[in-house]
Amino acid sequence: MPASSFISIQDVSKHFGSIVAVDDIDVEINRGEFFALLGPSGCGKTTLLRMLAGFEIPTRGEIFIDGEQMSGVAPYRRPVNMVFQNYAIFPHLNVFQNIAFGLRKDRLAGDELKTRVNNALSLIKMKEFGERKPEELSGGQRQRVALARALVKNPKVLLLDEPLGALDKSLREQMQLELRQLQKIVGVTFVFVTHDQEEALTMSDRIAVMSAGKVLEVGSPDDLYERPQTRFVAEFLGTMNVFDGSVHARDGDSYIVDTRDLGRIRAGVGAQEFSDGEKISVALRPENLKIVNSQTSEDIDGSVSGVMSNTAYFGNSAQVYVTLDGSEQALVVSIQNQDGAASNVAHGSRDITIGWSRSSVLLLKDA
Amino acid sequence: MSGPPGKFNIGWLRGYTVVYLIFIYLPILLLPIFSFNDGIYVAFPMSGFTFQWWAEMVSQPGMHKALWNSIAVAVPVSLISTILGMMGAKALTSYPLYGARALTGMFTLPLVTPFLILGIALLITFKNYGINLSLFTVGVGHVLICVPFSLFVLLSRLESFDRSLEEAALDLGETPWIVFWRVTFPINMPGIVASLLLTFTISFDEFLLAFFLTGDASTLPIFIWSQLRFPVKLPSVLALGSAILVVTVFIVVVAELLRRKGSTRSTGKVI
Repeated sequence: MPASSFISIQDVSKHFGSIVAVDDIDVEINRGEFFALLGPSGCGKTTLLRMLAGFEIPTRGEIFIDGEQMSGVAPYRRPVNMVFQNYAIFPHLNVFQNIAFGLRKDRLAGDELKTRVNNALSLIKMKEFGERKPEELSGGQRQRVALARALVKNPKVLLLDEPLGALDKSLREQMQLELRQLQKIVGVTFVFVTHDQEEALTMSDRIAVMSAGKVLEVGSPDDLYERPQTRFVAEFLGTMNVFDGSVHARDGDSYIVDTRDLGRIRAGVGAQEFSDGEKISVALRPENLKIVNSQTSEDIDGSVSGVMSNTAYFGNSAQVYVTLDGSEQALVVSIQNQDGAASNVAHGSRDITIGWSRSSVLLLKDA
Repeated sequence: MSGPPGKFNIGWLRGYTVVYLIFIYLPILLLPIFSFNDGIYVAFPMSGFTFQWWAEMVSQPGMHKALWNSIAVAVPVSLISTILGMMGAKALTSYPLYGARALTGMFTLPLVTPFLILGIALLITFKNYGINLSLFTVGVGHVLICVPFSLFVLLSRLESFDRSLEEAALDLGETPWIVFWRVTFPINMPGIVASLLLTFTISFDEFLLAFFLTGDASTLPIFIWSQLRFPVKLPSVLALGSAILVVTVFIVVVAELLRRKGSTRSTGKVI
């Protein structure tokens, strides 16, 4: 089958002995995209990345990059470069030599080599660091050198394996933005692996969410966050309240759904079709839930009452944990801290009612 | 021993340590001391100071030949053993080899086989295949016992070597062969030099295998042994022994320092 998109991963599986690391995956990645492979550890995302780099050979399936079939192509002949999780900076070479490492084969004249490397150094804002030894660099600087070393080769695809995993939180957030900007400047297709859903949501154009060797869903961050199709994705991205339920009937532009914890509720019809009696999951984002009182003016299509069991105060917002009446299950409600709303709730009555609009109720296939 | 040692224990251990150190080093120290003694008997009281034995040792033509033979064996032996050791260590650390542990065990076997047996076995083998005894056959025997040493020095080195550095070099477009020379070799240089020095000294000092496998050309240890038949030669043998001792200790210390320096740099801690 000819590949239509820039990177085409077709029916790819990878077995290590009896372990199936990657299980029949199909993914299409567009040119110039910032694409994330997101999933918990052991889901096969790194194996998939290593198959793109050529370090692992697929047990089955084909990978095409820019129309070229990659099977049988050695890592050193692929039009891709990789930023390793531990950066893999060569300890016996200085920063300049590290970045120039991959240019030996291009047989550049001395001046041209210098220009290329210096351009790469200024791209990562480390012009003055050419003579430094790797052990003199901070974690963030090593990461940038690894980036420059890969990008100076002008790859068609840059692969990044948990590129921010080794950095502390504040540096991470800064590097997230820098990576995103860098990708916009160089225009190279980035494929990066992460287990951090926040990172994937912040940086990517599109995300493939993986679990147990499979790709569950592919979509833009807002697609996946606001309109997840599967329970795993709904729970993996952000916080989600999920309940078991079954479809009672369809009523115009909404489904009527029975649940044990919320009773009979209405949900807006989304992209997925359900049949009557089908077992499903019902999901509600904490930020789409509201505390209902006499002043509530918004449209409320459904509500449930319970007892406030705990609150977590975050400053700009707070999370309220509610134990539902007649049920063991807790419901998480997130409220914005406008005019001290969070502290009012925390000190108000413990018996509260939680409401939501019909359109914010998500119905998910695998119950 | 559990718990903090008491006063008695410390005193006892101190005494034991001193006795032990004397036991190890006194005989070795006798060599240089008596090599300057003005007399042919190794016995106290010493009779005076002289450089006579050192001068005699240096001027002996047989010694020069034997020294040269030893070097002519030890240099290629150290190179070949280190190359083989590197190949083995690379294979054992690079891939999830089936039976890697058994293999490592097999590699160590020459170390625990008595050299006497090994010497006889090699002698019989060479004779069976009609290979004449010479420095070459000595070298073959030495490679056999040096490879395990080289393998262990390089294994400990490569086990702490980050494989992703090789992958990064592959990823940057270099073939496996070039990756070895641009990345693996320079980064593991301290271990390689340590292996060269160690195997050199092992071959240089080795007596038993050389005794069985050498033809009419003798290596330095065999020359020394042959000299012991003549009582008058003993003092110059002591001088020669002292010289070998100093050089050997120097080489081994350098090898160990290199090994440590290397592992400090690549992993941040001494192994």
